[in-house]
Amino acid sequence: MLKAIHYINQFFGQVGGEDAADAKPIFHDNLVGCSMMLNQMVKPDIEVTNTIVCGDNYITNHTDEALKEIFAWLDTKKFDIFFAGPAFMAGRYGVGCGIMCKAVAERYHVPVITSMNEENPGVEEYKSVCCIFKGGRKATFMKDDVTAMAAFAKKIARGEELLPAAQEGYFPRGIRAEIPQPDGRIAADRVIDMLLKKLKGEPFQTELIIPKMEKIPPAPALKDLAHATIALVSSSGVVPVDNPDRIQSASAQKWGKYDISKLDNLPEGVFKTIHAGFDPAAMCHIPDRGIPVDAMRYFEKQGKIGKLYDYFYVTVGTGTTQAFAAKFGREIAAELNAAKVDAVVLTAT
Amino acid sequence: MGKEIEKTGIPVVVMCNLIDVAKTVGSNRMVQTVSVPYPLGDPELSAEAEWQLRTSRVEAALNALAADIAEPTVFPSKF
Repeated sequence: MLKAIHYINQFFGQVGGEDAADAKPIFHDNLVGCSMMLNQMVKPDIEVTNTIVCGDNYITNHTDEALKEIFAWLDTKKFDIFFAGPAFMAGRYGVGCGIMCKAVAERYHVPVITSMNEENPGVEEYKSVCCIFKGGRKATFMKDDVTAMAAFAKKIARGEELLPAAQEGYFPRGIRAEIPQPDGRIAADRVIDMLLKKLKGEPFQTELIIPKMEKIPPAPALKDLAHATIALVSSSGVVPVDNPDRIQSASAQKWGKYDISKLDNLPEGVFKTIHAGFDPAAMCHIPDRGIPVDAMRYFEKQGKIGKLYDYFYVTVGTGTTQAFAAKFGREIAAELNAAKVDAVVLTAT
Repeated sequence: MGKEIEKTGIPVVVMCNLIDVAKTVGSNRMVQTVSVPYPLGDPELSAEAEWQLRTSRVEAALNALAADIAEPTVFPSKF
């Protein structure tokens, strides 16, 4: 029987919510939270022996320290497989799972398995270095996502043939393995079929998929900062206290713009953050920590910039799909261009 | 969001905590912030030190907008 260790965050590890996101690693000699479900599913081929719990802020902001502590403990353990998550659409959790899987694979050379939703930023960053199964958007998908991770681990444990990523259900790692065509048809036949389909305007599937990530060339630098109008744009969720546009606290489907032409800062009690992805206390107390109107106004008075644009633009960045984020970007860009804004400072959380 | 704005020719500097995420989504000018719950502040610091921290990071961002770059670049800040 193979042995496995499971990494989860403070929330699923029952330490606490956002208030516990700074928690240092906790090493359990038993199973905690969803590790128990995972263990049930991988039996009898694999035994999950331990749970590691770590706060999302700690692993992403103090990565070197966190890994040092975790390695010191893992070095004393014997394990054959490493699991992390599932992380659903939780961004910092996904990045944390990616950090762990990458580091464990490099140091211990064992299979590493995790699960995230396609919109999780951890996917793009870590899919090439670990098996990230395609997971649901939220924790209601726990059972499905753990099932997928467990099924793949069992195949590894039994020495069964592992199929390409798309068939197993994880995000392709960009590895190309040469295999004989299952139906035995030679390349010349296949390529002519593809060509004929293309000529007829029918759909066809290339055998050599080249993933592409859209890159935007850097816009030219501002020539004259001292005369430039600069706008603040943010995904921090800082809005007037009554949230007049009813922007959603998570999975936002809209943005707002708010007049700051007569303000030198964003006063507590007048503005607050409605962002549901972190503990809002610090930002509600001083909203300029999220959208630095005070610092921008200071640099305007100093003459470093020409003008702080009269409105700031804001949405909430947690759980928001890339499709909506792109839409917001296009709509805000149209307004900024119409207002002859020269540049943007975008604060993200 | 930033990418769509930059596409129209307006330079954007992204201030965020997880710089690697900003890189993977294709940001070009980046300045790292303090944390997710308080990007440009720190409740642990005195008011003066926090102001110094915030103005320092924002100044780095403004300088980034005036800097010619050929590829994605992270601009350091003094504080």
